[in-house]
Amino acid sequence: MRFSDQFEQRFSAMLTHYPTKRSVLVPTLLFAQDETGFLSDEVIAEIASRLELTELDVRNVISYYSMLTTKPRGKFNVQVCTNIACVLRGGEELLKRCAQKLGIGHKGTTPDGLFSLEEVECIGACCWAPAVQVNYDFHENLTPEKMDQVLEEYRRQGRR
Amino acid sequence: MAELVSHPDEVRVVSSRFGLGATNIDRFLQLDGYQAVKKALTMQPEVIINEVKTSGLRGRGGAGFNAGLKWSFVPKQSAKPKYILCNGDESEPGTCKDRLIFEQDPHSVIEGVIIAGLAVGAHAGYIYLRGEYRYLSEIMQRAIADAYQRGFLGKNIFGSGFDFDVHWHGGAGAYEVGEESALMESLEGKRGVPRIRPPFPAVVGLWGGPTVINNAETLASIPPIILKGAEWYASLGTPKNGGTRLFCLSGHIMKPGVYELPMGYNLAKMIYQVGGGIPNGRKLKAVVPGGSSCPLLTAEEIDVPMDFDALMKVGSMLGSGGVVIVDDSTCMVKFALRIMKFYQHESCGWCIPCREGTDWLKKTLTRFHRGGGLRKDIDNIQYLSENMLGRTFCPLGDAAALPTISIVKKFRQEFEDHLDGRPCPFEKSPAVEELPVLA
Repeated sequence: MRFSDQFEQRFSAMLTHYPTKRSVLVPTLLFAQDETGFLSDEVIAEIASRLELTELDVRNVISYYSMLTTKPRGKFNVQVCTNIACVLRGGEELLKRCAQKLGIGHKGTTPDGLFSLEEVECIGACCWAPAVQVNYDFHENLTPEKMDQVLEEYRRQGRR
Repeated sequence: MAELVSHPDEVRVVSSRFGLGATNIDRFLQLDGYQAVKKALTMQPEVIINEVKTSGLRGRGGAGFNAGLKWSFVPKQSAKPKYILCNGDESEPGTCKDRLIFEQDPHSVIEGVIIAGLAVGAHAGYIYLRGEYRYLSEIMQRAIADAYQRGFLGKNIFGSGFDFDVHWHGGAGAYEVGEESALMESLEGKRGVPRIRPPFPAVVGLWGGPTVINNAETLASIPPIILKGAEWYASLGTPKNGGTRLFCLSGHIMKPGVYELPMGYNLAKMIYQVGGGIPNGRKLKAVVPGGSSCPLLTAEEIDVPMDFDALMKVGSMLGSGGVVIVDDSTCMVKFALRIMKFYQHESCGWCIPCREGTDWLKKTLTRFHRGGGLRKDIDNIQYLSENMLGRTFCPLGDAAALPTISIVKKFRQEFEDHLDGRPCPFEKSPAVEELPVLA
């Protein structure tokens, strides 16, 4: 199991920040997932052994956090917020538009593995609603037309 | 980068460096950066705590507890290390203010954490950021590294003999973790399930040590209080509600955005003057005054000063500063359903009233909205909600129940308009979600 040098640097630095090893678990899982796409059995086993935890401990934590996943997702995870501030300004229309354009529903992945779609809870972009996060990038003040352009831009990036 | 707005009525205390490039440490220093820490290093801990107490600064996360009082609960002597924990797990629907603080002025939070450490005798602080805010964690890590490099953090800060470390920590998506005891569980690498209190975090917190947990905006308010004095800060707001706060105007409003206004600013003025009123010639129907967990106010109830006590008096809460404006094109049954869907998703499942209550309420509201509701459901929704109140270990159960009860009470007619299989009067098509219609 190999992670990037940046991961290793961050991981060993973080271990020095806390009195217990286990404390690095949540951010470490997210950093690992960023590199591997999802938390596979192999990744879980590796992190468990590094932190002297059982795999069950690690899985127990993974299942709690909505950003962590044990299943592969598309290269671009399109997360559409439909919580109160977004729903009032067209969040549901954005979700519908994405579903049409991508041909997938909530938690679906396109056959080419490029896109996943997720309806998410408040992402902290209420004043710039409706908003979407693609992986970690915020796209705000969207309309269905602007949403099309955002998806098109990612499709172009994905082909490269 | 999020868009910034401004209005002449704003009083910029926490947002004074927004838009000025203060993420850069040199720029931050030009703008009075770290002056408050230097001053605090010359003050006795009790004096710092007293300043914060008399400033009337109350918790900006939502509970509105006097920050200085909270600090004073930390025991002076402790066998275990003490900690400062900054809650930046902002996830209350309607709230996006901490995001701006981290994005525009990360050092102000670090300064607040150091001063809190001086006040209670802690030597380490953690700044917890929600996982979705990845770009902010990069900004924060950079700010912390810069502060270490200048000798503002680490051993012997500012040559004072006082040691203080600050570390960044990240979440991975969970509303519940914004609750203080769940936050500590998460930081310790566990599921974010709340702890039973007492003991309170001020006595037994992170890794068993006394811990002060403050919202990011609360901590960012500390440096100006230390620099300009408690009286000055208190005088900005209303009695017992010192200072200013960041209000996030969103929803059906002409000029949405984060505005820093004095505590006690009139809500009607906030909507119609600061926010520019309701777009598309629509009329105001309801206001969520402080994030989705607060009881809603009707259009008739908005002539109210926005401070903790005044909102309590009208049966709501100031909460986290998320002001969501709802116009008359909105179906309140659907709105109640959307709120409940959120809490059902975010309930950690530990307390049965919350886990089962939110699930049944979501199911009932879903069926109701698509026209399958029964008259007795209306009272049932209220009854179920009221039975969650005060029966859970953390406030999530209350947070789900309070807005729901207020919607049933204040917009009962809209529930009745959905009865007898009638389609939602506000929608052309029925709700997307399908559930069997029960007899």
